[in-house]
Amino acid sequence: MLRLKNINTYYGKVHALKNVSLHLGEGEIVTLIGANGAGKTTILNTISGVTPASAGEVNFCKETVTFLAPDKIVQRGISQVPEGRQVFKPLSVEDNLELGAYLRYRSREGKASIHKDMEKVFTLFPRLLERRKQLAGTMSGGEQQMLAIGRALMANPKMLLLDEPSMGLAPLVVQEIFRVLERLRQENGTTILLVEQNAKAALKLADRGYVLETGKVILEGPADELLENAEVKRAYLGKDKKEMWER
Amino acid sequence: MKRDLLLFIAFALLIMVAPHFFHGGYLMNVLVFVGINTMLAIALNLLLGYAGQISLGHAGFFGLGAYISGVLTTTYALNPWSAMPLAALVVGCLAYLIGFPILKLKGHYLAMATLGLGIIIYIVFNETVDLTGGPSGLSGIPNLEVAGVVFDSDVKNYYLIWGVTLAVMLFSLNLANSRIGRALRAVHDSEVAAQVLGVNSRVLKVQIFALSAVISSLAGSLYAHTMTFVSPASFGFNFSIEVLTMVVIGGLGSIYGSFLGAALLTLLPEFLRGANDYDIIIYGALLMIMVMFMPGGLVRGIPALYRKIFKQKGEGDNA
Repeated sequence: MLRLKNINTYYGKVHALKNVSLHLGEGEIVTLIGANGAGKTTILNTISGVTPASAGEVNFCKETVTFLAPDKIVQRGISQVPEGRQVFKPLSVEDNLELGAYLRYRSREGKASIHKDMEKVFTLFPRLLERRKQLAGTMSGGEQQMLAIGRALMANPKMLLLDEPSMGLAPLVVQEIFRVLERLRQENGTTILLVEQNAKAALKLADRGYVLETGKVILEGPADELLENAEVKRAYLGKDKKEMWER
Repeated sequence: MKRDLLLFIAFALLIMVAPHFFHGGYLMNVLVFVGINTMLAIALNLLLGYAGQISLGHAGFFGLGAYISGVLTTTYALNPWSAMPLAALVVGCLAYLIGFPILKLKGHYLAMATLGLGIIIYIVFNETVDLTGGPSGLSGIPNLEVAGVVFDSDVKNYYLIWGVTLAVMLFSLNLANSRIGRALRAVHDSEVAAQVLGVNSRVLKVQIFALSAVISSLAGSLYAHTMTFVSPASFGFNFSIEVLTMVVIGGLGSIYGSFLGAALLTLLPEFLRGANDYDIIIYGALLMIMVMFMPGGLVRGIPALYRKIFKQKGEGDNA
């Protein structure tokens, strides 16, 4: 469904992504793990068209979308939940959600279907329904993350890019959010590309994973294999260090 | 939504009956300026308060509207009613073209770029003496005329200017409450987040910049046709700052706030005239006090103040 071929992205002179290739099948949940500065967020932003690649190719649903502007990417069906949530704090929950459907208002598909999608978001996250008139900035971190996901869903995407949805949240809230992602895949067949620091939780949810280091993919495979991989364990799962040491 | 409409109708009625209490005279002339400044403040507020993009060059667009209207109707003897939209079109296109490179800048850099733009326009007014009359100005600009009625008195001008101002207000209120208004506030808050939702922030910023310039140009044309005389001094850097002050004092992101800010900053110097040489000091001190105690602007500060006084009174009664 989505295929990145030899992507190279630069920030000025900094070579942030070096020949990155990856792919996602329809309905798959794939996770990108890696340390800070490995290029996880850059991959998402390259797909979204926010920081376009300087070489390589992004292919989505058999179409080359490498150099499309961000709004065209959203139109094709890829929505991003950006890092640090980035909900619009001075706007109400409802306004935030309506902004998610920004492009759909123009496409004359009718407000009825947009409102139906909003109801769907409210069934996924009942907490948002209680707070629909509240300003987004006055909500807790977990609620803001739910709103950010709901907002991305309002674009009715085929594929969802999530950038560290667990950042700064209580473990219980993280669980709740991951459950919703699972449910999205089951009910809507949404394809999900998940960037996570919380590698363990991400690998448990995902079908496959890619491990990044300084802009390169160094490892890829089914999520359960990566969970058992000694190198991944040592570097990213923060466990069994003692085991390795004593061996 | 209905409440908003009622509020607007009440406001419009108030504006329309206001002249009956003043019986013409000098104050009418000042109120005409309140109308023009309200338009300018709204124009800048759409850009600054909603989209979060600063401009220190709006006096330039205001001046361009005034001068293009002025030159076309005097030197080229064009009808004012054709000159005004022509001026707006030219200024809009200019802003659109300049907007693309300029609005890639952010914060201080955008402020510097728009400041430069305003200064360049000001210099052009001064130096193209053959066209604009240079520093001594351009006179003999005709008044507007509708079906034989010439807008040549303060009362007639009041209705003309406020008619247009109310239209601009209604348009802006609708825009602010629309999907576009939401997108503008989204760009203000987080450009990346707005982009990944499909808001084409680059184009949207340029469009609102151009719209803002068009409204400013319209205000400028109306200024030229009501004053019948323009000179570069009215369109300098100081005036850009004054409009900015109106927006901030009135309340960022509020259309009615722009009216309050424009009204206050236009009327205050007139009322302070009695204080002779001290007027500037009082004016400055009042602005400082207002910014300190009403950081959200008059439109949010006045209701808060009212609540405070009202509440204190209630407590006093209980005691």
